[in-house]
Amino acid sequence: MLETDMRPWRARTIGGGRRQPGRLERTRGGELAERNQWGSRVRPLHLMAPVWNWGTRGIRGLSKAVAREGSQRKERSLLQFLADHFYDVQALREYLLQKQVLKVHQKNRPFTHIKEHFGPHAAGAYFILKQGGAVRFQGKEWIRPNARGRFSLDFLTFPAVPVEAVDASGSAINYHGLDSLLTLKELQSLWLRHCPHVDDWCLSRLHPLANSLQELSLAGCPRISERGLACLHHLQNLRRLDISNLPAVSNPGLTQILVEEMLPNCEVLGADWTQGLGLGPEEQSRDTASPVPA
Amino acid sequence: MLRRSLQLALGRDVLGRDVLGRGLGTRRGGSRLGKVEGSGGYRGSWVAPVSSFVTFKIRDPGHDVKTVGRLGEGDWNGKMSEIKKKIQSFLPGGAWTQLHDTSYLPPEHSDVVIVGGGVMGLSVAYWLKRLEKPRGAIRVLVVERDHTYSQASTVLSVGGIRQQFSVPENIQLSLFSVDFLRNINEYLAVVDDPPLDIQFNPSGYLLLASEKGAAVLESNVQVQRQEGAKVCLMSPEQLRNKFPWINPEGVALASYGMEHEGWFDPWSLLQGLRRKAQSMGVLFCQGEVTRFVSSSSHAETASGEEVTLKRVHEVHVKIDHSLEYQPVECAIVINAAGAWSGQIAELAGVGKGPPGTLQGTKLPVEPRKRYVYLWNCPQGPGLETPFVIDASGAYFRREGLGNNYLGGCSPTEEEEPDPENLEVDHEFFQDKVWPPLAQRVPAFESLKVRSAWAGYYDYNTFDQNGVVGPHPLVVNMYFATGFSGHGLQQAPAVGRAVAEMVLHGNFQTINLSPFLFNRFHLGEKVHEHNII
Repeated sequence: MLETDMRPWRARTIGGGRRQPGRLERTRGGELAERNQWGSRVRPLHLMAPVWNWGTRGIRGLSKAVAREGSQRKERSLLQFLADHFYDVQALREYLLQKQVLKVHQKNRPFTHIKEHFGPHAAGAYFILKQGGAVRFQGKEWIRPNARGRFSLDFLTFPAVPVEAVDASGSAINYHGLDSLLTLKELQSLWLRHCPHVDDWCLSRLHPLANSLQELSLAGCPRISERGLACLHHLQNLRRLDISNLPAVSNPGLTQILVEEMLPNCEVLGADWTQGLGLGPEEQSRDTASPVPA
Repeated sequence: MLRRSLQLALGRDVLGRDVLGRGLGTRRGGSRLGKVEGSGGYRGSWVAPVSSFVTFKIRDPGHDVKTVGRLGEGDWNGKMSEIKKKIQSFLPGGAWTQLHDTSYLPPEHSDVVIVGGGVMGLSVAYWLKRLEKPRGAIRVLVVERDHTYSQASTVLSVGGIRQQFSVPENIQLSLFSVDFLRNINEYLAVVDDPPLDIQFNPSGYLLLASEKGAAVLESNVQVQRQEGAKVCLMSPEQLRNKFPWINPEGVALASYGMEHEGWFDPWSLLQGLRRKAQSMGVLFCQGEVTRFVSSSSHAETASGEEVTLKRVHEVHVKIDHSLEYQPVECAIVINAAGAWSGQIAELAGVGKGPPGTLQGTKLPVEPRKRYVYLWNCPQGPGLETPFVIDASGAYFRREGLGNNYLGGCSPTEEEEPDPENLEVDHEFFQDKVWPPLAQRVPAFESLKVRSAWAGYYDYNTFDQNGVVGPHPLVVNMYFATGFSGHGLQQAPAVGRAVAEMVLHGNFQTINLSPFLFNRFHLGEKVHEHNII
């Protein structure tokens, strides 16, 4: 009854749809489980890899400041409390969330003007450089933006030279941003290391590059799982594939074996396949070497 | 005065109604709420049990319900004892609670009642809340009989999504749904809740066709490409090169969907929709719809014929394991009951009339049982395996990393199993599913069946495509059912279409007029070739 008095300008809703706080809770196993209206537990929701949550913290919460974990938790729970009990705080947080999403979309917009005037290779290169990545044209050096994000526009003067290598590591490229990359028909090497928005859907889009792509690196992308890696079988010309440090892959050793079977001509760098197996003989002997009381 | 202040303190308005419009004195079996069939209202005898602190002695055995207090006798004492009983019951230790917990009952009034809480019903609820103007304008109630979803088609489904259909509307629905699934964390984001992972496998679908079906397959692929699906045709040679584990004998042509096709976890989608709908203010109720109270009116068509138009006014929701029911006054009813939509439609009076007329046209949706088998084959096809649908109708797909495969086959009309229960027939696997799959994939000659389950298709016996939109005669009943095995993959788009129909009166994003109810009476089949 107190809660109806506390709510500022929308004391009651017609729909009776007051937000139900605390619908998710942690089980003993540390998983987030949901409780339905009658308090009985529903099957636990699958959590995305925790790295993703931390890496895009800005999307989820209002506070972007890098603070100690303890104080951040306190801030989050205050915000959570406010959002649970006040509609305007909830609306504000939803609006800010939408703005974050729009920011990522804005970064991935295609540059159609450049594409019309200078060709697809120049447009793709411009796109990558704008994101903060690096580009190498055939027979030329790597072009990178400097610390302030500026880069030389010389590449617009050589229109027909194809792009050979792209390093988009750490950029905000996502599914829509790949539009600009897929027109680079002679791309040989693509590095997408630590890209927070590259996920399984993006990998399913890479098949138009099958004829030319020889090297692909996906190391450290928090959203890629073994389901996306299954789409890489289209890239039959691939010679080097780096799938190390993928937190969302459930069984890295087994996944590596399956990917190696899928791409027989490709050298797959990734998790050590002995990861997840029991103690090897060297490790066992190391243990017995330490003095054991008789 | 005391009562009024008590009411206000307890969060009720001046008329004694609480947030959901429930009346005063509503208690279990009270007169305004929770009726029981066959009686005018359950008037239970409200007797407080005797507390351990104060003892009452029964002095006069002639009075069976009254207990008489220690002080004196007579009617004055009778009254005093009643007062004492009442005071004692709300002292600590007493049994009377001011508010009986009626949270299990649905509200008495709701603008839209959605019968069925599977993916289709939840999708309609989500889109209604998302497209309504202004925010909070519509009260939506979702009535689901079984909150464990033990027999719901959604969670028992294999979870595939494809664009390889022959009807353009089906392709558009599927493309919209894939877009929804890809951006699911933008659509269904709830502040402070973890993001959803529907575990999508973008491995694509591979449809194989024999000599007979090759021409149809090719024309279908043309239609699909026109609508924007990324499908390519493959010859048997290309098939052998790409997938060495396949035996292309008997295959004339294959169509392979490279993007936007695959399979996912339907339970996560269901929970995501439910969580988001709950956060947007949709009410949920566990109960079964047993009756519709409607009124009829007569109208004349342009050609002078008389028709009877019906309007549903109340939906009676019966609570589980109880005789109690709650009449919910509503403006619009949406039938998203899946395999049981036919029964719900009959309750509303759809199909009561001479056969051959519009009044007499029933909703031709019935439950059909389908089996799914999970087997393990250590030498089976690798990680790149798409969802393979053989020319014979048998299908399989990979499940997880451990060389497990899910598959099944639709039986012919003559062999349809009895949809009474969800018991699995293992002979069906031996006779009908295994031979064609083993012929197509030689590695499947040695496999071991791990488990199996059965689920219902909400099978449209007319043309195996969905029924969407209002009924022409029962004017406020809308359908979102009858998808015959491809409902899950079209649910987000169909939800939007039905919400647009309810809020704006016409379809705005995808035109689903071929799927209206009228086609059953007019006999216009929307024939879909690629139904598995």
